Amino acid sequence: MTELISEKLPTTRVNPFDPPPEIKQIRDQATISRLKFSDGHLGWLVTGHHQVREVLGSTKFTNDPAEHHLLEVRFQGEVPKERRKIKPGMFLNQDPPDHTRLRRMLQGQFTVRRMNQLSEWIGTIVDDQLKHLRSFDGRADLVQEFALPVPSLVICALLGVDYDERHRFQEDTAKLLSLNSTFEEAMAAMARIEDFMRELIVRKKANPGDDMISDLLATGEPTDEEASNMALLLLLAGHETTANMLGIGTFTLLQNPDQLKVLRDEPEIIDNAVEELMRYLSIIHFGPVRTATEDVEIDGHLIKAGDTVVMHVPGANRDPEKFPGNPEELDLRRPATGHVAFGHGIHQCLGQQLARIEMRIAFSKLFQEFPDLRLDTTPEEVPLRTDMGIYGVHALPVAWSA
Amino acid sequence: MKISVDQTRCCGSGMCVLTDPDLFDQSDDDGTVVLLEEHPDAAHEASAKEAAGLCPAGAITIS
Repeated sequence: MTELISEKLPTTRVNPFDPPPEIKQIRDQATISRLKFSDGHLGWLVTGHHQVREVLGSTKFTNDPAEHHLLEVRFQGEVPKERRKIKPGMFLNQDPPDHTRLRRMLQGQFTVRRMNQLSEWIGTIVDDQLKHLRSFDGRADLVQEFALPVPSLVICALLGVDYDERHRFQEDTAKLLSLNSTFEEAMAAMARIEDFMRELIVRKKANPGDDMISDLLATGEPTDEEASNMALLLLLAGHETTANMLGIGTFTLLQNPDQLKVLRDEPEIIDNAVEELMRYLSIIHFGPVRTATEDVEIDGHLIKAGDTVVMHVPGANRDPEKFPGNPEELDLRRPATGHVAFGHGIHQCLGQQLARIEMRIAFSKLFQEFPDLRLDTTPEEVPLRTDMGIYGVHALPVAWSA
Repeated sequence: MKISVDQTRCCGSGMCVLTDPDLFDQSDDDGTVVLLEEHPDAAHEASAKEAAGLCPAGAITIS
C-alpha cells in the first residue's frame, strides 16, 4: 500500500469558516496519512473523526511538547534551539500521574451542576454587556464590546482576578498566541503573564476571597508554583476560546441567514446550535499534537514509539463518516454531539461546561435583543485570526436599528 | 443493562451528566463520576450508551 505523504501541513484557508481545502482531499484519501515535520521527521496527520478519538483516548501517547517533533508554523518559522521544559502545574501538557493529580484539584469547580448554578449570574453579565453594546448607537465592534468582555468578566470573577487589571495579561496573551511572534517575543510575553500570576498568588494567600484561586490555595495541595501556573492556564483558556467562538460564531450566523432564522424561530434548539457551531468552526487551525511513547497500531497503521502525530480537529469535525449528510454545511438541527472541538481523552477541555453555558446564553440573548443585527462591512473585510493559534475574528463590525 | 463506572479513569468532563443527569452525577469534591442508576430502565438505555460512547476517558462501560 502506498502511503499518502504531505510535505507540509496545509494551513491556508480559502474562506473564513472552512479548514484548508487540502484537508478534505487528504481525509478522502486517507484518514491517517504521513506528514513531514520541519526537523525532517516523518510523522502522521490524522483527519478522521474516529481515528482522532482513538489517538487522543490512548494512553500510549504523551502530551509533553519536549517529546514532539516541530512544525514550523510558529515563531516565523524559527525552530527553537532548546525544547521547552514543562513548568510545574501546566497540567495541559503533562501526562498521568501528574496530570491526574493537578486536574483533580480543579475538576470539582467545573462540574455540570456548578456551571448550571452560574446561569443566572452569567445572564446578568450578558444583559449588562448588551446594554453597553446598545450605548454605541447603532454600530460597534462586537468583539471588543461583547464577545471578549463576556467571557473575560466571567473568568476574572470566577478566578478572583480584578477585571480592571486585564491589561496586565490580555495584550501579552495575544503576543503569546500570535503565530507571527518570534520565539523570544512569545517567551517574554509568557514571562510577564507568569509574573502577574505569581503576584496574584501572593495576594490571594494574604487575602483569600470567594474565588477559585483562593479555594485552590486553601486545599494546601498545590505548591505556589503549581497554583500559579494552573491559574494561568485557566485565565488564558477562559478568555481566548469562548471569546473567539462568540465572535466568529456570530459572523457565521449572520452569513447563514437561513440558519439564523431557524435559531430565531426555534430558540429552544440553542443547546444543539452551540454544539453545531463548535463542530463547524472548531476554532483551532490544527492539533492537538501527541507523540507515541511505544509502538501502537491505530486503525491499521503502525505508529512507532517517538513518532509525532498531528490531529486535525477541524478536519475530524467535518468527517462524513461521523457527520453524514453534508458536514461542510452549518445545520443547527444536525445531531452535532460527539464533535471533538473540546478535544477527547483525559485532556478534554476542563472548562467545557462553562463555555457551553456562556455560549448558550450569549448567542440567545444577543439575537433576541438585537433582532436586526447585521454585518457593518463586507464579509471579505472582516479581519480573520489566521495569524493566531486560536482562530476567530479580530473584529466584527456590526450594525442595528438604534 | 448494567452500567459500570471507573472513577480512577474519569477526568471530570461532565459529558455523562450532560447526556443523562438521571443516570450520572459528579462529585463536588473532585468532579469525578457518581453513578445514580446501575440498572437503567428502558427509557434511559439509549442515553446510557451515548454517555459511554462520549466519555473522553473511557470511564463508563455498559454490559
